[in-house]
Amino acid sequence: MQAFSYVSARTLSEAADILAREGDQAKCLSGGTDLIVFLREGRRSAKVVVDVKGIPELNQLGYSPKEGLTIGAAVPLHRIYNDAHVIEHYPGLIDAATLIGGIAIQGRATLGGNVCTASPAGDSIPILIAYETTCIVASRNVTKAIPLEKFFVGPGRTVLQPGELLVALKLPPPKPNSGAAYLRFIPRNEMDIAVTSAGAMVVLDEDKRRFVGARLALGAVAPTPLFVPEAGAALTGQPVSDEAIEAAARAAQAAARPITDMRGSAEQRKHLSYVMTKRALLRAIERARGG
Amino acid sequence: MTPVIKKTEAKTNGKPFKVIGQRVIRPDGVDKVTGRAQYGADVILPGLLYGKVLRSPHAHARILSIDTSAAEKLPGVKAVITGKDLKPAEDKVAKSGESSVNYSYLSQNVLAQDKVLYHGHPVAAVAATSIHIAEEALALIKVEYEVLPPVLNVLDAMKDDAPILLPNLRTKELGEVVSDKPTNIASHEQHARGDLAVGFAEADVIVEREFHTNTVHQGYIEPQNGTALWNADGQITVWTSTQGAWDQRRDLSEILHVPLSQIRVIPMEIGGGFGGKFPVYLEPLAALLSLKSGHRPVKMWMQRDEVLKATGPTSASVIRVKMGARKDGKITAAQAWLAYEAGAFPGSPVGAGMGVIFAPYKLDNVQIDGYDVVVNKPAAKAYRAPGGTNAAFAGETVIDELAEKLGMDPITFRRINAAKEGDRRADGPIYGRIGFIETLDAIEKHPHYHAPLPEPRAPYMKVGRGVACGFWYNWDGKSSASAVVNPDGTVSYLEGSTDIGGTRASLAMMLAETLGIHYEDVKPMVGDTQTVGYNDGTGGSRTTYGSGMAAYHLGKEIIREMKQRAAVLWEVPADDINVEGDVYSYGEKRITFKELCAKLDETGGPMSVSVSLDTKGAIPALATHVVDVEVDTETGKVNILRYTAAQDVGRAIHPSYVEGQIHGGVAQGIGWALNEEYYYDKDGHLMNASLLDYRMPTALDLPMIEAVIVEVPNPNHPFGVKGVGEVPIVPPAAAIANAIYRATGVRMTVLPMNPKNVLQALGKI
Repeated sequence: MQAFSYVSARTLSEAADILAREGDQAKCLSGGTDLIVFLREGRRSAKVVVDVKGIPELNQLGYSPKEGLTIGAAVPLHRIYNDAHVIEHYPGLIDAATLIGGIAIQGRATLGGNVCTASPAGDSIPILIAYETTCIVASRNVTKAIPLEKFFVGPGRTVLQPGELLVALKLPPPKPNSGAAYLRFIPRNEMDIAVTSAGAMVVLDEDKRRFVGARLALGAVAPTPLFVPEAGAALTGQPVSDEAIEAAARAAQAAARPITDMRGSAEQRKHLSYVMTKRALLRAIERARGG
Repeated sequence: MTPVIKKTEAKTNGKPFKVIGQRVIRPDGVDKVTGRAQYGADVILPGLLYGKVLRSPHAHARILSIDTSAAEKLPGVKAVITGKDLKPAEDKVAKSGESSVNYSYLSQNVLAQDKVLYHGHPVAAVAATSIHIAEEALALIKVEYEVLPPVLNVLDAMKDDAPILLPNLRTKELGEVVSDKPTNIASHEQHARGDLAVGFAEADVIVEREFHTNTVHQGYIEPQNGTALWNADGQITVWTSTQGAWDQRRDLSEILHVPLSQIRVIPMEIGGGFGGKFPVYLEPLAALLSLKSGHRPVKMWMQRDEVLKATGPTSASVIRVKMGARKDGKITAAQAWLAYEAGAFPGSPVGAGMGVIFAPYKLDNVQIDGYDVVVNKPAAKAYRAPGGTNAAFAGETVIDELAEKLGMDPITFRRINAAKEGDRRADGPIYGRIGFIETLDAIEKHPHYHAPLPEPRAPYMKVGRGVACGFWYNWDGKSSASAVVNPDGTVSYLEGSTDIGGTRASLAMMLAETLGIHYEDVKPMVGDTQTVGYNDGTGGSRTTYGSGMAAYHLGKEIIREMKQRAAVLWEVPADDINVEGDVYSYGEKRITFKELCAKLDETGGPMSVSVSLDTKGAIPALATHVVDVEVDTETGKVNILRYTAAQDVGRAIHPSYVEGQIHGGVAQGIGWALNEEYYYDKDGHLMNASLLDYRMPTALDLPMIEAVIVEVPNPNHPFGVKGVGEVPIVPPAAAIANAIYRATGVRMTVLPMNPKNVLQALGKI
């Protein structure tokens, strides 16, 4: 492992200054559950590691019925899944936050880190996309908002430029009669990376018989987490029925463009896109109906 | 508590055991749970250097040049070695654990000479004052390769135009070299008896199938490690994690060209082995680096990716089976063709697999052909019942299918054909007192076999129950031990078998039983190659048998000496002294073992004894397993719902450790069955060299495994012991495949039966 400098930043501007100065040789550390492993294995290199856990903006976790949920990029998972507002309003996020790593990892790991690692299989990302999450990105001079589905460029690559860092994730308040769920398929029952995963959010009408809207995203079936608007379109305006769910699941299957690797074959992932979409939608509908 | 089914009493002269069969506390327990136990990673010596290995990035390549000059100049680097520093070893074969070893190949595996034969093959090694400097130095070594096409599976390797790994290799055809053509087929062996044509003509049903299984690793949690000091006086001391300290001493002697007497191997506590901790990997490199660095101790350990890439997994295989049976259930003919991948050098366990495949059954017409084939993967080494699981997967699947086609219960069908004492195995030997039928009975009577299957949790879930059996040879081998009798009535007991499965406890129990004293009064410890007599390794399910025999004879020697002391005390002939448990008596005179110990000084002084044995008389282990599975037919995922394993153990010395062996073997068998596999890209790079992607089962993937101990004592052993450690890994893959069939109607012929392969078999992808 190569030696590097470590800076614990106290303010956003301090962190932004270092990032601007060091460019791609500066790496942000929040939970470190990915970064430290990457540095050890030589998959990333860094001259400076900037610890962002001490920056107030990155540690906020707040909810309001009007603004929705704000999750600072350095908020660890255990805070998220123990938060009463998250439990009440974003159960789909609980699905993801509780299955990333074990207890020890969840004490450190962050959604911000999961997003910035930009793995196509990142467990929090499909459900965050389904929840219409926006990324708040800051640099020395500018703060901007980027829809999460536009944040990823390729495996391990995001739109973040040298000098920029992710500050927070913003989720809009849940719509009435909505429900969401995240499901991943893994060959084992624990300690595995999604072969295919699906995050689904549905909005039903007042009778809970018809889809008003829906958002679906898949994991591990493309170079980036994959937003599938066709699946939402297949549901919107349709009655809640096996046919509509089948059509959405087939749309997801058609949109998936997976590869074959050690975790699964392309054919398997195509097929699982269909299965996991169907199952995630059924769970989301159940939740929308109060289940 | 697990039910214990006792068949017959062992030779206890009608008396119940005092110690054997108890669940006593292990002597190494406190150190292990408090973290005090000394493993290889805990070895710290003055002036210690840290060694690292540079490994081949290619599966198959010629080494054109190695430039180590920049690495040597890096401050902190004390020694760099390449294949040039390793004088070639002699081309001769010796037994090593359960397999054999050719020293020339072993040496080339430790450090490549002119060619690299697998991704991860060692090319050079460095010793430096810190591990980070050593790692940095590796990056400064420049190796020029001529990349060659790799051959990555056994059928490709057997083709006439396959790339050749070892230019000098010639096929041994039934023991003889008959062709001078370069080849990857190291050997073809055959067992045959009766007349297959007659047998198949007599059959009412015939089943023929081809099976493919992938490379799997033992998955011990402690990575390989070794620390070596090549002292200025020529003496070499090695501290390491090994199943066979004496095997290592011999291997080091041959590879380093140093006499045995100059090498001392000290086995540290071991974090799992399962057969994979017999061979040397780092130890010879650490020794050479020690020599070259000016006699400083050098410590090396592997990272997990190195363990998976470059230690000895077990073979991938292709197995064809054809069997026929009559309507009355009698198997009339059985034929098998097995081709096992040896990895980079000859030595797959195909021979063992040939013996396992039909072993539970009495067969009149049988032919078994086996091929040992080199491919560009790491050299295969022993893994718990080497070659057995994949062989039984093939054989027991076909047995299940025959039973189904005949409309017979799978246990009834097996009982009709079951081998008994006096029957001859296909590979030659005649069975002693095996307990196969007793394990069939145990499962047939077990509530599991009659319990209704649970209702599927969803329409796409299917449930099923499968049965399979397994055989393992069991080994006896050489064991030595020594003891000091202490004045306080305790016995210090030095044995030489690495304690992997609780053998310090079980051996001490047998010594205590022999002496009639309390288990707690025997103080066992594991010696090294310089402190105790020769021991074959801890493997082949031999330790409780062979080293247990040594414990018994050691006890008998102590009793003989103690009688002489009593004779001195009472001034009577030693032969006339009666021994009953721990009481020595002559007429009205009585003295206990403990009291007599207090009188050692006045009856002749200190007492120590030792024994060295070449034990014989091991009897194979047989097992019958039943498993319930749930198959998600939409995702292909198989969950194990319930698992019961009945096994003839001869005699359970320490029932908890016997159960532990059965649990562990079944757990590994489930892993092999469901998800474990080496995943190579087309160029031969191992892509899943981590425990994240090499998917061993976690606790959440395993059900409670119920071990049913069946005791059919081995008449050749003073306490009736049969080896228990290996056979439990043999049936699981077949039992699970048979359960998947009962659930889904699809026969699995591929291992692992992972979601992808199950979906394929179901026709979903």
